[in-house]
Amino acid sequence: MDKIDNAYLWDKLTSKFGQDIVQLHDGFDLLTVDVHVDAIIPVLTFLKQDEELQFIHLTDITAVHYPLQKKAFEIVYHVNSLINNIRIRVKVQLDGIHPEIPTATTIWKGANWMERETYDFYGIQFLGHPDLRRILNVDDMEVFPMRKEYPLEDPNRVDKKDLYFGR
Amino acid sequence: MSDIKLAKAPPGVEGAGFFATSLEKAIGLARSNSLWPLPFATSCCGIEFMATMGSTYDLARFGAERPSFSPRQADMLLVMGTIAKKMAPVLRQVYTQMAEPRWVIAVGACASSGGIFDTYSVLQGIDEIIPVDVYVPGCPPRPEAILDGVLRLQDIVKSETLNRRNTPEYRALLEKYGIETYG
Amino acid sequence: MSDFITKISPNKPVYEDNDPQDELITLNIGPTHPATHGVFQNVVQIDGERIVSGVSTIGYIHRAFEKIAEHRPFYQITPLTDRLNYCSAPINNMGWHMTVEKLLKIEIPKRVQYMRVIVMELARIADHIICNGILGVDTGAFSGFLYVMQEREFIYEIFEEICGARLTTNIGRIGGFERDFNDIAFAKIEEFLKRFPPVLTEFMELFDRNRIFIERTSGIASVTAEEALDYSWSGPILRATGVDYDIRVQNPYCSYEEFDFDVPVGTKGDVYDRYMVRNEEMRQSMRIIEQALSKIANEPKGVFHADVPEFYLPPKEQVYTNMEALIYHFKIVMGEVETPKAEVYHAVEGANGELGFYLVHDGGRTPYRLHFRRPSFVNYQMFAPMSAGMLLSDAILNMSSLNVIAGELDA
Repeated sequence: MDKIDNAYLWDKLTSKFGQDIVQLHDGFDLLTVDVHVDAIIPVLTFLKQDEELQFIHLTDITAVHYPLQKKAFEIVYHVNSLINNIRIRVKVQLDGIHPEIPTATTIWKGANWMERETYDFYGIQFLGHPDLRRILNVDDMEVFPMRKEYPLEDPNRVDKKDLYFGR
Repeated sequence: MSDIKLAKAPPGVEGAGFFATSLEKAIGLARSNSLWPLPFATSCCGIEFMATMGSTYDLARFGAERPSFSPRQADMLLVMGTIAKKMAPVLRQVYTQMAEPRWVIAVGACASSGGIFDTYSVLQGIDEIIPVDVYVPGCPPRPEAILDGVLRLQDIVKSETLNRRNTPEYRALLEKYGIETYG
Repeated sequence: MSDFITKISPNKPVYEDNDPQDELITLNIGPTHPATHGVFQNVVQIDGERIVSGVSTIGYIHRAFEKIAEHRPFYQITPLTDRLNYCSAPINNMGWHMTVEKLLKIEIPKRVQYMRVIVMELARIADHIICNGILGVDTGAFSGFLYVMQEREFIYEIFEEICGARLTTNIGRIGGFERDFNDIAFAKIEEFLKRFPPVLTEFMELFDRNRIFIERTSGIASVTAEEALDYSWSGPILRATGVDYDIRVQNPYCSYEEFDFDVPVGTKGDVYDRYMVRNEEMRQSMRIIEQALSKIANEPKGVFHADVPEFYLPPKEQVYTNMEALIYHFKIVMGEVETPKAEVYHAVEGANGELGFYLVHDGGRTPYRLHFRRPSFVNYQMFAPMSAGMLLSDAILNMSSLNVIAGELDA
């Protein structure tokens, strides 16, 4: 079997999903596509179940926050096809006020904690997730700390005077 | 005669067939050379503590042969590693479960001050929630540094009054941390 | 409930429904339990000694690495990566450097790549020593741990010779190493290659055919390849299920494609297989180090970093005396070097699996977003589901053989 390359992969995806999928770039030999939120589960399912592609290994799910954009959140999936030795990066743009996306736990069980972590950091609602709770932070935390508007340091600190740190 | 090294006797009055010293000093000597550690290891410093317990450095030489994993039977709480805010109540509970007399060593930068993790989720030094006797610097400290910390604690233990738990200073200290005192 | 138990383990005795002890007990293990080697909390429902269900709680040393990384320039993130998987810190360091080098398109000289391979494989051995040693302790054999820990101490000595630190090494710079390996370091690496194999053999002789060890580990926590892939496992525990996924072979970095080594795989994916896979990986790592040493001998001496003055921090003594070095030092530290606006994912084969760095860079002084794909975090999520139906004591062994490192788990 010939090795599947990014161009072939892109052809295959675009013939199947057409308008719902946009190629962003393939920098560093990693095909990056942007998918409409409604199409994300069909795309991931197709990637996993297609007999030729076989992207069976979900490597990672995470998010990036762009507070200045209208679609402020970007969910990033890295999926790996162990058999063809090719990776793909799938992105979904989400609305900044009510970020909601269907869960990928129906496709990979391993998505469970990755999505919980993303929820914990960014407050992304994964619809249909079996157990969407905070995972790393304390349960009674009210903010989503990885959003850009929240500071790194604990704002309640009293022992660290700005004066001594040149601020 | 084996080359067992005996602990140095405390100052006292010595004569033919007797040696007199204060009870406090004798007990301090005994206590300081049989400190039972409770390793509260959370991260990197815990791995260095494993090396400290291992045969190359061997903490057991200083009377800490038995690491006690139950706080009830431990004298010396070694807090090794970052204490996150999620962990803080657990640490505090472990401390309150320890019987008097109890001492605390903060091993490493994170336990002492939060270290490089000046973030929303990390406690900036365990002395915000429990009193600390000895701080060991390093990120992580070398095993020698941890040993030195234990030796410094032994100095404290030797010279401490027997009745420390009832002294007003100590009670005030615990009250400052909101930890209950008895007796 | 009895139905449940018979369903998941048909060979175990069936409990009568009218059994007065037919009541589940909730047991809290952790977060500071001596059996768990780290801060993991599991609340399990047990029926006698058999676990019926469990819930893992993590995050007890969540330190917000990713948030800190958004506020630090590249060269200051290396110390953070140290503290992810602190049992094999150099792999994390190298992984991070390679990610940045990929972003900046820096070519690394061959000699530096081989030096990195040596450091990474030493770290892998150190990590596997801890895991398998502790597994021995958990099955009741303490002496094996002491044998191999001596050798781990020796690896620390090598690291000390190379970079001055033992555990959180902070080895290297973007573009190479901060200094060349000295002769003592090379001598010690060679000595290690001589003295470690007999110790490993002795260690394996203690366990491999040991009746108690086999009965405690064989068939325990067996995982099929499908389940493992469904849970996104990677690393030795995935290979123990029979999937030969090793990033060193799949996506070779750091010239791994030039090395001749085998990827050991297991068949059943149980605790015993994981132990065997790790042992064999240590042997393969030794082979790699041997080859790397002979390859280094053929390379020009004294090359220990790429010639990229705009990214590689100059030596301090030159900063004080040399104008050019001072300028570059200033530019790097103040973040005034042009960096591309791009996103890059780079994965290395960490000691526990795929350690990935997803870096989104907007051209500023600090990363816009840095996400660590942490193998321990991904691997550990299967622990609670797979514990159902297991004996409590077996679940503890299972946890040791997963080799979950708290720092990497919680980030």
